[in-house]
Amino acid sequence: MPINAIVTPVEGTNETPSVAHPTPISYRPMMAPAAIELCDLTKTLSGRTVLDGVSLAIQKGETMSIMGGSGAGKSVTLKHIVGLMKPDRGCVKVDGVDVTNTNHGSLETARRKIGFCFQGSALLNSLSVFENVALPLREHERIAEDEVRRRVEEKLVLVGLSEASQKLPSEISGGMKKRVGLARAIIRNPAIILYDEPTAGLDPVMGRTINDLILDMQKKLGVTSVLVTHDMSSAFRVSNRMAMLLKGKILKVGTPDEFRASEDPFIKQFIYGESEGPLTRTPA
Amino acid sequence: MVAAIVKAQRWFENSCAGAGYTLDLFLRAAGQIPLLGRKRREMIQQLALTTLGSLPVVFITALFTGMIVSLQTGQVLRDFGQESSLGYIVTIGMCREMGPVFTCLSLAGLVGSTYAAEIGTMKVSEEVDALEVMSIDPVYYLVMPRLIALSLAAVALTTYANVIGIAGGALVARSNFDVDLEIFLKNGRDALKLKDIYGGLLKSFLFGTTISIVACAQGLRADGGPAGVGRATLRSVVISFMLILVFDYLLTWMIW
Repeated sequence: MPINAIVTPVEGTNETPSVAHPTPISYRPMMAPAAIELCDLTKTLSGRTVLDGVSLAIQKGETMSIMGGSGAGKSVTLKHIVGLMKPDRGCVKVDGVDVTNTNHGSLETARRKIGFCFQGSALLNSLSVFENVALPLREHERIAEDEVRRRVEEKLVLVGLSEASQKLPSEISGGMKKRVGLARAIIRNPAIILYDEPTAGLDPVMGRTINDLILDMQKKLGVTSVLVTHDMSSAFRVSNRMAMLLKGKILKVGTPDEFRASEDPFIKQFIYGESEGPLTRTPA
Repeated sequence: MVAAIVKAQRWFENSCAGAGYTLDLFLRAAGQIPLLGRKRREMIQQLALTTLGSLPVVFITALFTGMIVSLQTGQVLRDFGQESSLGYIVTIGMCREMGPVFTCLSLAGLVGSTYAAEIGTMKVSEEVDALEVMSIDPVYYLVMPRLIALSLAAVALTTYANVIGIAGGALVARSNFDVDLEIFLKNGRDALKLKDIYGGLLKSFLFGTTISIVACAQGLRADGGPAGVGRATLRSVVISFMLILVFDYLLTWMIW
């Protein structure tokens, strides 16, 4: 199979990942519309090709982890999905809408379906936790303040932060910020949630809490999730499928079990975190 | 030699790109003004912060500007026995030039640098990206309220600076040159035309607009972490200073 082929499990291969998943999904056939589709995505930044013809389809309802070393192009991929970056070549389709070649209104419609959890949370420091989560509602939905309060409190309860609603981002820990970022991402009930390094910089307990929240989001809201991570325990715990990026190309797409069983020396070195191997001999 | 030419060419290209971005940002921010009602609270907050926060600096700057103008011109006028003309010179000088220019140079350092650092920090910490992902236009959310707030604050603070500067000039005229306060003020009133007042205030309005749009543009173009924010802040102040002086010459030429 060519490296950059769109890999979608065929109908009937309902392999359950070895890690217990709350909602094992049956993968849709190739013809079913993907939630997100990357077609031959190519991007060069400062003379370096960060994405080199990446093609990938992410089905509705699945949780896909995109892995790779630092500078492999993971975060750049996410930024293309939300239209923060424009590719040099190729396209990104969200629910069938090409977000790379569309007008402002269509891009907004596509973004309406997406919640984005930034690596550094990206909370507005001048606003309280409550105001941060309420911001998308106040800016876009003409609803009464009581309804705003109800919905924000509901999401803060979901991420276990109802008691911190009046604090400023500077007054809460990194893990709490990640959870506030998640509450803000889901406040308008998006169909897709993108997570950029959701467990980076967190202690193992807080990392586990965030992983549980990601699983909860799929269980309770049934969303499509895309994680960008190099935290292997997180990726194996929450994913239905995984993709590995190497030097701007997709090296492999498969289930967690397929990744564990892979004999590819790059994948083996990456998932087992070995210091010796082809990755450390080949600059990313 | 070739390296120097390449460097100069790169600098020129970057400068043109920066100027184009700033102009485009201004047009986009101006296009958002009809939505000011929804950002009223933020605009008033910025206006209050800008105006009240700048009062002490503007007071000192204006007071000493008026005193220096009075002292320097008074010494020359004394040779001709024309000390009583100080009222004309200080009042006209403050309202036409010193008030708007010195107030806005202070604002470029005080407020423009704050805007650039604030927005630059938001840019490098992905807060601006977060706004875009939430379909909240950063120009509407961050730039437009600041643009209006600083333009209005510049006018209010220039009015205040004019009064303080004239008072400082009168103080020196009285203490150093024995010019009667009443004569000083009467001469000032006689010399001052409506055009001097609104011309000066128009200048300060345009300088305020320039400072805020330059600062916001530099902030939004910041990259490369804290060092990038520092560079954006520095560029914001330097560019604002230069543009204030260039626009001052052009406006003076056009108005008077």
